Amino acid sequence: MKHARNPAADMTIWAAAIAVLGFLLLPLVIVLLYAFDASSVQVWPIRALSLRWFAATWADEEVRSALLVSLEVAGLATLLATVLGTLAALGMNGLSTRSMQAGSFLLTLPIALPGVLTGIAMNSFFSLLDIPFNFITLVIAHTTFCMVIIFNNVMARLRRLPPSLREAAQDMGATPWHGFITITLPLLAGSVMSGMLLAFALSFDEVIVSTFTAGSETTLPLWIFGAIRLGQHMPEVNVVVFAVIAITILPIIAGQKLAASASREH
Amino acid sequence: MTDLSPTPAVRLHGLTKSYGRGATVLRGIDLEIAQGEFFTLLGPSGSGKTTTLRLIGGFELPDTGQIHLGEADVTTLPPYRRNVNTMFQDYALFPHMTLLDNVAYGMKVRGVARAERMERARAALDMVHLAAVADRKPTQLSGGQRQRVALARALVNKPALILLDEPLGALDLKLRREMQVELKRIQKQTGITFVYVTHDQEEALSMSDRIAVFSEGVIEQVGTPADLYERPASAFVARFIGSSSILHENGRDILLRPEDVRLEAPDYTPAPHERSMAGTIAEVSYLGPVTRVTLCGPDEQDGVTAIVPSRHARGWRERMAVVAVWPEEAAYPLPHRQG
Repeated sequence: MKHARNPAADMTIWAAAIAVLGFLLLPLVIVLLYAFDASSVQVWPIRALSLRWFAATWADEEVRSALLVSLEVAGLATLLATVLGTLAALGMNGLSTRSMQAGSFLLTLPIALPGVLTGIAMNSFFSLLDIPFNFITLVIAHTTFCMVIIFNNVMARLRRLPPSLREAAQDMGATPWHGFITITLPLLAGSVMSGMLLAFALSFDEVIVSTFTAGSETTLPLWIFGAIRLGQHMPEVNVVVFAVIAITILPIIAGQKLAASASREH
Repeated sequence: MTDLSPTPAVRLHGLTKSYGRGATVLRGIDLEIAQGEFFTLLGPSGSGKTTTLRLIGGFELPDTGQIHLGEADVTTLPPYRRNVNTMFQDYALFPHMTLLDNVAYGMKVRGVARAERMERARAALDMVHLAAVADRKPTQLSGGQRQRVALARALVNKPALILLDEPLGALDLKLRREMQVELKRIQKQTGITFVYVTHDQEEALSMSDRIAVFSEGVIEQVGTPADLYERPASAFVARFIGSSSILHENGRDILLRPEDVRLEAPDYTPAPHERSMAGTIAEVSYLGPVTRVTLCGPDEQDGVTAIVPSRHARGWRERMAVVAVWPEEAAYPLPHRQG
């Protein structure tokens, strides 16, 4: 369908679109550019470009250990969340609509509530049980919201799977378990994978919940936060932000590609 | 004395089924389907025909009653332990498998050796003229092609029975006609018993050996297409199969098929073996080869419809006075409703 074109209206819409995109993306671009600034104090315009801060950051023990912690937490939380979230979706899919809505609501709360609330709740819960804050509490806390991502992804796919596929498998002699392994699970694989990538990205740059549950552990976002507050290591912060963007944006793009191809399959 | 008639392929006895809060779908279904029959469950939507099919397939359990397949009582057996295959309404092809793997799935599950199952799957696809695209995925096919894959997938397991749930519903008219012929050919060629669900009476008449007409959870009549059309057991069957006029005479319902009625000028004198009714024309519909003329009787209660060759109907206009004439033997008194 083609509408009659009004050049003035077209121009206005384009201008507005560019303004919004600029508002969203310009700060990111500036931080990315600062990462290549040779100077140790940020002044605009950048006078000389260099990769010296990349080398310096990579050599920084604190940054390296924070990066390692972040990768480990994100990896473990994603794995745990994948098992739990997929099982939750499979279990809830068989329930009545009303119980399913109630269950989804409760399960989705950790992501719907402000992070501060989830963080405080986790903090007092672990304190109450006398569990010391360490790497494990951090992984548990991250698993709660990672699980929601997986659950939502798998649930959406399950709802679009016609029940006749399961019936057809049984019709041809497969037990329910065999049918699940050969039909349902392969059809869910794409949405599980895309959920895993998104969950990993979410965990990798999480700050708020981590603040309340990390104890003495330092993740990369926590290191950035600390560095900015103290006003130190600013050139290194820019490099680290550059790295975080690179590490999180790739899984997000891959995840969306996967989700799109999974939905095309049926 | 030995019973010479072979065991029926399917025997349903006293099946009832209701879903929560008293929505009764089946109110006592008794039915026998012979080996090798093309048997159709026909009825309007909500009449219980699809539920009956799902009970035979094992996808639902009846509240009461028994289901026998051959000699075996399978009432409570799950679908994977019944020697029955279904062609689903939405085809239910596995989207992540090629056509060949879809068709071979049942054999793989039952442990048939790879070489044999691939050969049989190819032969089955060949039977429905799709061997050339065996390595494609279902999404790359048209609706008609998917439907044929679903048929091949059911046939290849050589079940005692194939259940077909409105398989042609999603196809356009031309493709539908082709597939009706195709299905009938394959059924004859393989000799497998087909149980076919449809709400399309024309489809049922043209394909079936016998038909069961469903209405509100009971079977109104079981018979050959000619039985149902020429000797309907109730006004419901008469109305549902073909078009009909029903006259009321001395407390009885008389069925009159429109093709038996012709129209004459008001001064026509009926022959001794003819019956007639004077009236005015209420509606004239031109249908191509034939024209349908609907008549109002004198008391405006009984109406008669006539279907006449269009070249004999050129003179008839609405509100003209005419006489509807039919041979005496064409009027069929419907049996009284029992109960």
